[in-house]
Amino acid sequence: MSAVTVIYALLFYIATAILVIGVARKIFIYARTPQPLKIPTTPAPTTRLGVAARMVREVTVFESLFKSNKWTWLFGWIFHLCLFVELTWHLRYFIEPSPFFLSWLQWFINFTGYGMVLGLLGLWGRRFLVDRVRYISNLSDHLMLALLVGIGASGLSMKFLFHTDIVSLKAFFLGLMSFSLQPLPADPALLVHLTLVATLMIIFPVSKLLHAPGVFFSPTRNQVDNSREKRWVAGWSAAIDNTKKAAG
Amino acid sequence: MKVPHLEPDSMVGSKPYVSKPEHNTPLGFPGELVEGWEQKAVTKLGELVSQSRALQVFLDSCVKCGACTDKCHYYLGTSDPKNMPVARQDLLRSVYRRHFTFAGKFFPKLVGARDMTKEVLDEWYSYFHQCSQCRRCSVYCPYGIDTAEISMAAREVMDSIGQGQKYTNEILVKVHKIGNNLGLPGPALANTLEGLEEDVKEDTGVDVKYPLDVKGAEVLLVTPSADFFAEPHVDGLIGYGKVFHAAGVSWTLSTHASEAGNFGMFVGSSANLHKIAMRIREAALDLGVKRIVVGECGHAWRVAYSFWNTLIGPFDFLDPRYPVPQHICEFTYDLIQKGALKFDKSANDDKVVTFHDSCNVARASRMGNMPGGQFVIPREIIKATCNHFHDMAPETIGEGTFCCGGGGGILTDELIDLRIKGAMPRMQALKDVIEEHGVTHMAAICAICKAQFTKIVPYYKLPMDMIQSVHGLVSNAIVLNAKQ
Repeated sequence: MSAVTVIYALLFYIATAILVIGVARKIFIYARTPQPLKIPTTPAPTTRLGVAARMVREVTVFESLFKSNKWTWLFGWIFHLCLFVELTWHLRYFIEPSPFFLSWLQWFINFTGYGMVLGLLGLWGRRFLVDRVRYISNLSDHLMLALLVGIGASGLSMKFLFHTDIVSLKAFFLGLMSFSLQPLPADPALLVHLTLVATLMIIFPVSKLLHAPGVFFSPTRNQVDNSREKRWVAGWSAAIDNTKKAAG
Repeated sequence: MKVPHLEPDSMVGSKPYVSKPEHNTPLGFPGELVEGWEQKAVTKLGELVSQSRALQVFLDSCVKCGACTDKCHYYLGTSDPKNMPVARQDLLRSVYRRHFTFAGKFFPKLVGARDMTKEVLDEWYSYFHQCSQCRRCSVYCPYGIDTAEISMAAREVMDSIGQGQKYTNEILVKVHKIGNNLGLPGPALANTLEGLEEDVKEDTGVDVKYPLDVKGAEVLLVTPSADFFAEPHVDGLIGYGKVFHAAGVSWTLSTHASEAGNFGMFVGSSANLHKIAMRIREAALDLGVKRIVVGECGHAWRVAYSFWNTLIGPFDFLDPRYPVPQHICEFTYDLIQKGALKFDKSANDDKVVTFHDSCNVARASRMGNMPGGQFVIPREIIKATCNHFHDMAPETIGEGTFCCGGGGGILTDELIDLRIKGAMPRMQALKDVIEEHGVTHMAAICAICKAQFTKIVPYYKLPMDMIQSVHGLVSNAIVLNAKQ
């Protein structure tokens, strides 16, 4: 087995472990930390079902961002939608036989790589052109965009310029999943792509990418507006016992 | 609304007076900046984050997309970039990252993490007192990040190391000691209410009562203490009394709970928040009332609507047929719906009225039984009592309403420059309806909004008496002999 194969196999085992354990740990912390008071941003739904619908709108069409800034919404939404389609499409490297619904994406996939990069460049452009956004950008914000653009661009390059042996690639990943190492095609574009993806997986749990699990736990979005009807207690507010005081 | 270009640090000098030991120690805070405050502040921050899912999620999730950057009235009015919600959050997030996150511990420069230094504390003191906790940013944030939660935490940390703010802490001491924010003792209160009865009798010829500490009354009314004498607040209180009178519902105020406001929320102190709210439960039990109604006050309504059930519930000793608590506007609106009140709208014909949605009512609570009832109900009351009503531009009302510029515990004279600038977006929208629709008056349902507007409209070349209480309009138009 070549050194490249062994190195990338190890890299992906480590990256996957960090991603899964790191995000699971964060989700555990979010879930365990109490929210002592009711703080939904109102007007808010008055039922659990309504809250679910609000959350679905928030994560599919970015409702709040749409209210806020149409350019950021447009670039952000295009990027996320294309990323979502691409991630789904990439299932074909991990599942044998490929899931049947992937064929439905055949047409979209011609555009999603470009869409991703275009959306990212739009968002990146705002970090230079809009003085307010320039002011709030840290070096890490630029590096994150560079990383994602790199992933998109290296992916596109394989699609249109430097074709790689995707049959062997699939064998490599299926092999990883069953702990039997298969050779990885050592094409430069592929190695760049995989390195960047593994990097993204590793920094995910310690970066702002935590917005992905975080949004589901955001109290201003996931709480039901029913504070008068249903007494809410959690954390320090659960320790309050007024009945004793009232009786005494 | 034109978005200004950045003028870095233009407001760095705006800061309120620091509280004195006598305003800190009674609240459980150290008298002055403590020895080793840097470490103590960090420890306190860690504690607060571990106790609040909101902080936990908000501090991790921001992606610096910039959606909030043009949403804060203080940024729009001052051009200081640290008044952009994300930049204000970052003042605290940078410290959180440095001490509690992997990236901040090992790569501080990369993610903008900072140690807790005197320079950072000074920035906190300046800019966390340039936030009115109005939650406008939380409407537009794709993750619902609410700067109010961050600024409450920052103030709680500062109080915990002895760096409190004089205005809020002085008021907190007063409410604990005397029962209301203005420090009106019981006899003064009784006197004021008697005076109101005489005034109303003189005006209308009707014996409207303004009762205090009446055991067995049906309703306990809890209202901001500004309602007892400030203008135009007191017109609202007169109006509440007339509505109760017309409805034939017995009611009372309480000296023990003569304040609806709860500045414990502004400084993020759960202990003070709970203790101040508790007076209302005690008063309700002591007086044996069946319902609690809250007067016109924005943050008080947030605390009452959103937090009371948690803090001072359960309310199993009250009449379950009514929501607890009920807003005075809900109370009046219900009566209007039933046709139980009679109005002579022409009494308000000298006015073309617009309505200012107060932030805590708009974005942190509700009225009625459907989402957005807080926007409908006050407007319906105004329309029932006035012939001429025009809303301001849609993006400046409702959930997108602009803060008055004085909320969240910064309604103090030394911050007048900030207050004037922060009111600018609201004033611009107001001026637009004045020009287009000949609006002459702006009604509000918040004691802080009314006090702030009355003070700052002259700087915008508008008359102070254009600010109205919604129940002041009710008071003008209500026909009292209907039920005599």
